[in-house]
Amino acid sequence: MNVSPSASRALEGRPSFHRLLRSLGLDPLLLALLVLVSAAGLVVLYTAGDGAGSLVLRQAVRLFLGFGVLVAVAQVPVGYYRFVAPWFYALTIVLLVLVFFVGERTLGAVRWINFGVVRVQPGEIAQLALPLLLVWLLSSTPDPPRGGRLLAAAGLIALPAGLIALEPDLGTAVLVVAIGLVVLFLAGLSWRWIAAGVLGLLASAPVAWRFMHHYQRERILVFLHPSRDPLGAGYHIIQSQIAIGSGGLLGGGWMHGSQAYLNFLPEQTTDFIFAVLAEEFGLLGTLVMILLYLAIVFRILWLAQRASDRFSRLLGASIAALIFLYAFVNMAMVSGLLPVVGEPLPFVSFGGSSIVTLLAGCGAVMGLDARRSHLDHHL
Amino acid sequence: MSSSLARTRLLVLAVPLALGTLGLAARVVDLETVGRPRLLAQARLRETRQLVLPAHRGMIVDRFGTPLAVSTLVEDLCADPRVLIHRPGEWPELARLAGWSLPALAQAVRTQRAYAFMYLRRGMDPFHAREIIARGLPGVFLVPQFRRYYPEGAAAAQVVGYTTIGDRGEGGLELAYNRVLAGRSGRLEVVVNGLGQSASAVRLVRRPRPGHSLVSSLDMRLQYVAYAALRKEIRLEHAQAGSVVVVDPHTGEVLAMSTVPSFNPNTRSDYIPARMRARAATDMFEPGSVFKPFTIAAALASGRYTPGSVVNTGQGLLSVGGYIIRDDAAWGRINLTTLLEKSSNVGASLVALSLPRRYLWRAYNAFGFGRLTGSGFPGESPGLLHVWTHWSMSMHASISYGYGVAVTLLQLARGYAALANHGVLLPLTFVRRPRPPSGRAIVPPRVAHELCRMLTSVVSPEGTGFLAQIPGYEVAGKTGTSYIVRDGRYDRHDYSSVFVGLAPVPHPRLVVAVVVEGTGKRQYFGGLVAAPIFKRVMEEALRILGVPPDRPSAVRLASVVWRQGSTA
Repeated sequence: MNVSPSASRALEGRPSFHRLLRSLGLDPLLLALLVLVSAAGLVVLYTAGDGAGSLVLRQAVRLFLGFGVLVAVAQVPVGYYRFVAPWFYALTIVLLVLVFFVGERTLGAVRWINFGVVRVQPGEIAQLALPLLLVWLLSSTPDPPRGGRLLAAAGLIALPAGLIALEPDLGTAVLVVAIGLVVLFLAGLSWRWIAAGVLGLLASAPVAWRFMHHYQRERILVFLHPSRDPLGAGYHIIQSQIAIGSGGLLGGGWMHGSQAYLNFLPEQTTDFIFAVLAEEFGLLGTLVMILLYLAIVFRILWLAQRASDRFSRLLGASIAALIFLYAFVNMAMVSGLLPVVGEPLPFVSFGGSSIVTLLAGCGAVMGLDARRSHLDHHL
Repeated sequence: MSSSLARTRLLVLAVPLALGTLGLAARVVDLETVGRPRLLAQARLRETRQLVLPAHRGMIVDRFGTPLAVSTLVEDLCADPRVLIHRPGEWPELARLAGWSLPALAQAVRTQRAYAFMYLRRGMDPFHAREIIARGLPGVFLVPQFRRYYPEGAAAAQVVGYTTIGDRGEGGLELAYNRVLAGRSGRLEVVVNGLGQSASAVRLVRRPRPGHSLVSSLDMRLQYVAYAALRKEIRLEHAQAGSVVVVDPHTGEVLAMSTVPSFNPNTRSDYIPARMRARAATDMFEPGSVFKPFTIAAALASGRYTPGSVVNTGQGLLSVGGYIIRDDAAWGRINLTTLLEKSSNVGASLVALSLPRRYLWRAYNAFGFGRLTGSGFPGESPGLLHVWTHWSMSMHASISYGYGVAVTLLQLARGYAALANHGVLLPLTFVRRPRPPSGRAIVPPRVAHELCRMLTSVVSPEGTGFLAQIPGYEVAGKTGTSYIVRDGRYDRHDYSSVFVGLAPVPHPRLVVAVVVEGTGKRQYFGGLVAAPIFKRVMEEALRILGVPPDRPSAVRLASVVWRQGSTA
């Protein structure tokens, strides 16, 4: 690798580990934040899984894998993304179709494909593949998306979102649409279109209601009135809020969250792990966690805004938005601000697809940023 | 330009992100500070549960401490079907452990899936039950219970009574003294987990207070003798039912009260209402001739008669108020002793008719007829004695020999006990009574003594109750036979045979009353059916109690019996 004189000057006096990370195209601050969140996640997972070490070990392996992917992706040059984006998107669509034929059915939905060694959730992959493709499509010209390109973008969003909604996994579908819209917004979609879109969304709500599954409607109704069905659909909301409220200022301490320990919390190793954190580490723990996510998101945004090319900027901002959406939707759902949609807490919830996807995205951001300084100097 | 547009958009994007984070943080702060007390209380509600700790129910023992009813700890194996429904993989093991067939368990869990509680097996021995719990099957738990055992089984079943499955007294002494026996259950607060398993005990909200033991007046030895004698005779005679009551005349304590047919109080499937009645207390019947001594007592107490007073029964026929009263034979002119000995209906009627109705009614009532005995036994009947103003001429006569009046065996025993207790009537009791309560003198002691003496002639070889004779002891008693009333009419083919007696005269220690219902046609006279039961019970009881024989003619035999009795 060809390190520029100014870059090498900037690195002088820094510890060698730091220099190593730089030479790998990694951003030390972002990496440190990611490692911190992941480590905290492992600690919470230990209690959430009833002190089962095996769960933590499996998660650690996934994280290790994820960080490996991050490092690998960070080595990919910009031009390569432009080449890969359509194929990655196509592969995702194939997987999303495949899910209906060879997918594993759990709790009435088909979301997983088992490849023997790994179980993959194509819906999670789509959340990276879609923005990548959109960014590729919309960054080729500096003009804001309109006309045919806008139509094409809409189609590219609708295709995976529709497939995911059919699984059915409405939460992920909504997230996929949201991230697509964020990319359109970043690409400079005119405010007129944005306003029209918002109005259209509001107008179509009753129609969407009609097409929802019974359980989906129930989730929304229960979100508005949890006591409507305290032992059924409202159970998750009520129990997670109780767990959070039990935490108090400093929490009950590690391994001392009674609601989690006594198995009152549903899905406590996956979607509702935030409540376990809140119960054990209290307000302090939750705020620190929220700040960590905010720091990650803003660090990525910072890296994105200083990028020299439109592609890097758009992709970076999209990934920041993606991580934020994930984290915010999950924490808002657990604390009762949003209906239960069943999205994991990034880097913390037990489960591999989202971890690898998001860490890969972070790797891309780091790689693009590292090459920026490289390019800047040569131009 | 485009680059700056994208940068602007990026900054614009940062705004909702920051706002969203702020909103989320605010929400979390709200939940963990303002909402905390409410949510914490909710958490407590879900995590803790109050378990009922059953109180140990007191024992019922006989007067010497022999246990008649005892409670032992058992465990009910229970489950939460809402948890089980999600774990069909554990059903086979559970079915095996709880002794169900797998399809039956699956069916039960499915039908009760909406409920939080079902019994898997009740009354398990604690050791076995805890072994099952040690396997840690989710949704399965134990509820401790006390189970009642009746060591004496059928012999004392009706008098001791029985409890519900929930350990509440429901019959007999178990019901009458439930408040003494029951105690008060305790409360234990436990932490439960989301699967409904109790994780740990938190605190004892209320300590269970065990019930007190009840020392009953019963003497299990006599109780058993009475039961055995009754059962044997009833089988022999193909009778329908029977009762024996043994009373200590000087304290009013019921020493034995047996009923046949009986039931096994340790087996719920044996709980057949007809067998569970303590008939001696609950069933009333027309006493027949055993009622005559009370008429004679009234006559003697009136001062107008002495035991030697003579009445003319003529040809043994008397027409009163359109009814004809008959004797078994023409006894002619007889004194009152002979009247009792031969059991003359005509004689008793003539005596009664010579006395005012009001006077007679007051005498019968004073002997306890038409009133409860004071025993407090559940379901006790007060019998039926019409007020004298409602007596017709024929009733005036017929009540004197025990028709037109209904009594319980307990009342009869109590009335005879008053005769044996110098004319003092005591309330009966089923609880041991170290000292007798002050009773009410109904007839002068002289009259009571005379009557006892007169009643010994009934048991003489010439009397109707000769089968009640006991070698070595002077026995007084009276036989009785009456038609059983069915649907308001006399059933001419069904009889009650009664014998009530006391011994030894002149200082009676015991009163034994016997009734056998539905003896059929063959042998229905009280003297033939009830008297032998009386004899067996009284003879055994006197021996058990070590009462020395007092009849000189039988000194040789009696000394043997006495020695046995005193060493027993």
